[in-house]
Amino acid sequence: MTHPLDVARIRKDFPILSRTVRGERPLVYLDSSATSQKPTSVLDAERAFYETSNAGVHRGAHQLAEEATEAYEGARRRVAQFVGASADDIVFTKNSTESLNLAAYAFSNATAKAVHGTEMDPRFVLAEGDSIVVTQMEHHANLVPWQEVCAKTGAELRWIGLTDEGRLDLTDLDRIIDASTRVVSVVHQSNILGTVNPVADVMGRAHAVGAIGVVDASQSVPHMPVDVTDLGADLVAWTGHKMLGPTGIGVLWGRAEVLGAMPPFISGGSMIETVFMEHSTYAAPPKRFEAGTPMVAQAVGLAAAVDYLDDLGMDNVAAHEHDLAGYVLERLTEMRGVRVIGPLDNVDRGSAVSFVVEGLHPHDVGQFLDDRGVAVRVGHHCAWPTCRRFGVPATTRISPYIYNDTSDIDIAVKGILAAQNFFGV
Amino acid sequence: MNVEALYQDIILDHYKHPRGRHLLQSPAGESHQVNPTCGDEVTVQVSLDADGNLVIGYEGQGCSISQASASVMSEMLEGEGPRRADEVRAGFVQMMHSKGEAEPDEELLGDGIAFVGVAKYPARIKCALLPWMALQDAEARAGIVVDGTEDGMARA
Repeated sequence: MTHPLDVARIRKDFPILSRTVRGERPLVYLDSSATSQKPTSVLDAERAFYETSNAGVHRGAHQLAEEATEAYEGARRRVAQFVGASADDIVFTKNSTESLNLAAYAFSNATAKAVHGTEMDPRFVLAEGDSIVVTQMEHHANLVPWQEVCAKTGAELRWIGLTDEGRLDLTDLDRIIDASTRVVSVVHQSNILGTVNPVADVMGRAHAVGAIGVVDASQSVPHMPVDVTDLGADLVAWTGHKMLGPTGIGVLWGRAEVLGAMPPFISGGSMIETVFMEHSTYAAPPKRFEAGTPMVAQAVGLAAAVDYLDDLGMDNVAAHEHDLAGYVLERLTEMRGVRVIGPLDNVDRGSAVSFVVEGLHPHDVGQFLDDRGVAVRVGHHCAWPTCRRFGVPATTRISPYIYNDTSDIDIAVKGILAAQNFFGV
Repeated sequence: MNVEALYQDIILDHYKHPRGRHLLQSPAGESHQVNPTCGDEVTVQVSLDADGNLVIGYEGQGCSISQASASVMSEMLEGEGPRRADEVRAGFVQMMHSKGEAEPDEELLGDGIAFVGVAKYPARIKCALLPWMALQDAEARAGIVVDGTEDGMARA
């Protein structure tokens, strides 16, 4: 049983939503897939940490150091609880891109070390003849790092293609993911198409051939209830700033056994066990992957964001976005000259909706919307190969969140109509 | 400044009816430029005619600003000498970095002054500059240099 979100009340918690832009236009923020806005409680949590408990964590014998360490580790427990995980399996990173690079570098670093005689877990050592599988709807953050791994190790990059509707084409899944496959890395919810993928099925196939399974959950954790242990993955990446949290804090969850087998990514202070001039040994996860002074205030802010989302209830958030997705699809598909890029049926899809307007470049659509105070994303959304797949150079994307309602969509639709009129298309 | 002022009639006209949009048979130099944030693309080609003046070809895909800018540039610089092209380009670049506050030199920039409003939108400046940077690169690739000491003689 879900309850509708009280959008008017929620909006009061987000100071930025009451500002005007481009003259006196009220801000209509429909770009939450790029980054969400932040409620006062998140800003207050960061500020309160700096005002009362700021100190270096995991060191120092003074009271502030104890409080800072507790704030940081408490945030880790809070985030873990939010996604059904154990705190020891939660690694804090800078963002999703860093989380995915941490996963990718485990393979290239293990391969490089193995060449020079270090004993590494064979699951992370790649060679020619091995393959890495992604999909054609990956954000560049889950594509380019794997291209890099292939270039460094000789592995071959393969991908699961897309149907015209914008869903994974799983017809040839057993051929694409085969005995040569060592890693399968798949997006949970596409940032450009909105598609929610059956990642558990894909991960099941990955594990059937002994591959490590990675999920990019950047667009799903903020928008729906996610239990990371239900995804069937070994590693799951997401970021704080898309889920009401601060910038500069991301997460990589991993199965304890897999994290424990991975070599470090960034090395230096805080991630060691012992250090000699000749060599070092490394701390157990998650510290092994958190070199240097961590982002303590940002972790505290992320915990406050998780509190805010839990107060709303992620089931309610998902239901709200499902309704908005339906409304956006309905309004856009009834427009002349507008083509939605991504699933048209409101099933297994998020509320981010990409579209193109015949005769109009997305940049020009975005400019007209901006003139009316409407913030949307235009461009290739860091998913250039996906744009190519659908034969478009770029798209315009409406991505609502908890603080949007149908009136925001109506203003956006009016802006699109105005652009069509102005350009005479 | 509103969006209608940004999209001057001249820009819309060049966007809908691009001038000189074609590719050359065997250009002396060619440059393909991409705006990686939005995917706008333009290819500009250049050769010199018997009198040492520019012959320009281009094509591209992208927003109205980038494509109209290519059209305006081609119309203004086709048949001009490399020195004149350098002067106009310098004036255009300066105008685009003026935050929209400069009084553009119509004598120098012709239809190019229609883009002065674009300079108020930081995200769009690169759109307007894209073909101009492509022409500069294409000229360099063609070995077209303007020698400041030799009275504007271009040497290929």
